[in-house]
Amino acid sequence: MKFRFKTLASAAALLLATVSTSFAAGTIKIGGLFAVTGPPAFLGEPERNTAKMVVDNINKAGGIKGQKVELVVYDTAGDATKAVQMATKLIKDDKVVAIIGPSTTGETMAVIPVVEKEKIPLISCAAGSKITDPVKPYVFKTAQNDSLAVTKIYEYLQQHKQNKVAILTVSDGFGASGREQLKALAGKHGMQIVVDDTYGPKDTDMTSQLTKIRGSQAQALIVWGTNPGPAVIAKNAKQLGLKMPLFMSHGVSSKKFISLAGDAAEGIKLPSGKVIVSDVLPKNDPQKSALLTYVKDYQSHYKVEGDHFGGHAWDGVMLVKTAIEKGGATPEGIRNALEGIKDFHGIGGTFNFSANDHAGLTKDAFIMVEIRNKDWVIAK
Amino acid sequence: MKRELIKFMLFALCVLVAPLFFSGSYLMNVLVFVGIHTLLAVALNLLLGYAGQISLGHAAFFGLGAYGSGILTTTFSWNPWLAMVTVAVIVATMAFAIGFPILKLKGHYLAMATLGLGIIIFIVFNEWVDVTGGPSGFPGIPNLELGTLVFDSDLKNYYLVWSFVLGCVLLSVNLANSRIGRAFRAIHDAETAARVMGVNARLLKVQVFALSAMICAIAGSLYAHVMTFIAPPSFGFNISVELLTMVVIGGLGSIYGSFLGALLLTMLPEFLRFMHDYDIVFYGGLLMVMTIFMPGGLVRGIPELFRKLAGLKKGKGDAHA
Repeated sequence: MKFRFKTLASAAALLLATVSTSFAAGTIKIGGLFAVTGPPAFLGEPERNTAKMVVDNINKAGGIKGQKVELVVYDTAGDATKAVQMATKLIKDDKVVAIIGPSTTGETMAVIPVVEKEKIPLISCAAGSKITDPVKPYVFKTAQNDSLAVTKIYEYLQQHKQNKVAILTVSDGFGASGREQLKALAGKHGMQIVVDDTYGPKDTDMTSQLTKIRGSQAQALIVWGTNPGPAVIAKNAKQLGLKMPLFMSHGVSSKKFISLAGDAAEGIKLPSGKVIVSDVLPKNDPQKSALLTYVKDYQSHYKVEGDHFGGHAWDGVMLVKTAIEKGGATPEGIRNALEGIKDFHGIGGTFNFSANDHAGLTKDAFIMVEIRNKDWVIAK
Repeated sequence: MKRELIKFMLFALCVLVAPLFFSGSYLMNVLVFVGIHTLLAVALNLLLGYAGQISLGHAAFFGLGAYGSGILTTTFSWNPWLAMVTVAVIVATMAFAIGFPILKLKGHYLAMATLGLGIIIFIVFNEWVDVTGGPSGFPGIPNLELGTLVFDSDLKNYYLVWSFVLGCVLLSVNLANSRIGRAFRAIHDAETAARVMGVNARLLKVQVFALSAMICAIAGSLYAHVMTFIAPPSFGFNISVELLTMVVIGGLGSIYGSFLGALLLTMLPEFLRFMHDYDIVFYGGLLMVMTIFMPGGLVRGIPELFRKLAGLKKGKGDAHA
């Protein structure tokens, strides 16, 4: 009986394998690993949508050097084990030449040993600094390092002569990385962290942390988290009448945050990718044309505004395209070409990769924005 | 007893030859995880299917094994095998100690207590950042080695994990058919009656709890060395529920049933992937249908199904199924 079940399963598997490998040759296969479902779906969905859109556009324009591009996307649901399985599937069954994603730092860290062993270039859409530090030969990333966002906030505070801050970070991967960087870079910018508190990703009231912060010496509050937590904090802070300026991370730089926080969002400042303020950027900004194209395309395809998470996938696909044009459609060629890419004006910033830097961005990838009248403006 | 041996040899044979069909495919990788899930499901089945004690916190023991091995080998540079044994013994001792107060509870209260245990341990993984790496996970765990053989490919890991599974299945089958196994079933069916018959129910329950936790810890160690990276979500409440589902779908009180449950629940999402966004709906529906029409689990439901199908066709029973 057991045997029968097993033969059945193996027959089904064999069938599946033949179907999936029988695609026409001559197309370039690129893999995508995005958390389309699960808690990080707010990252994975725009990333998948963007990647599909960009690949469609490339194919409409004649492909890469005459070859069509096929994007194979799997949902990782934000689960590290699944991400490893899907990465193996992309490499072994679909035989992709490069992988875009995964969406989160945890999944990326889990997938790294697989791609390093199989020598397939991976362009992660996650932000954690340890993805490319230390540098691994086949691992690149397009999301801005958290340290760059922290630097941007601290420099802004320095300009405004404030040096005592309270930090409130969420206890997940994103918050933990932010907290690490906030603490590590504080000394360099003459900042003193007077309160260091955390909240849970599912907490619905942060009044107790905020009360503690209100009673402290802090001149500014920096909150590090992704929706919906920061919106709750913004509302709680307003209810408590918290006077100090509120800073958020780039984790909330989408319209969703403004609609969640409502009136409480007014006056909040945060470092963000330039995509949300693309229309008011100065004309000489090198990214401006790429940003405007992306925003327009996304709007016409999906009827919603593109955000900077989707931008990570845009950068990933376009970087792979550029690399294939330069180094050929082999994993080795793509890897070598990626390392040599300079002055690539993408959505996340201007990328300059090198053998020692697989993240490629500087703090200029971020811009300080402020929420005024339910919209983004460049902060003064 | 002889039938048990034949069953086991057949199972071992399937395990041995499976790579012939899947080698080089990503399914090899999935099968490694099927193996780990089988270990976990068998462990939980010993507790739930045989002794009748529910646990909603088994992912915690799995996680303790993974983090224990990860931390000892990476932070303290221990030998991985020594670390695996040490962690298994520590987890078993811990479960033994916790077992005494917890297993006094019955039914919903026991479910609540084990649920709490699972959540507490999860929070420790998530918040003790200095030791566990917190939510960003714990990278850089070495692969297992045996002499010059490094378990760094799917095929090698497959044989590594499945040799543990075979050992565990052999142990469990023997245990289930021993005097102790009968005592477990007596506790399951009527605890009071069992005690009247002179079964030390309290001690036995705690012992099986500790054994179950130990197998989970070993599975955790294997997981850590196979993945080389671990993060808290892999050991959360969802996983405990998934394990419970594997055991129930596979068949309570059947060791091979646990294997079927683990195989089905790990492989099914892969086969349903062609349905894209509807796979979850289908997956849920299938689980519902199976629990309604196969209340005894796959291990009893499938032979039943074959018998019915054969009966419909020829009008006679298919006895050897």
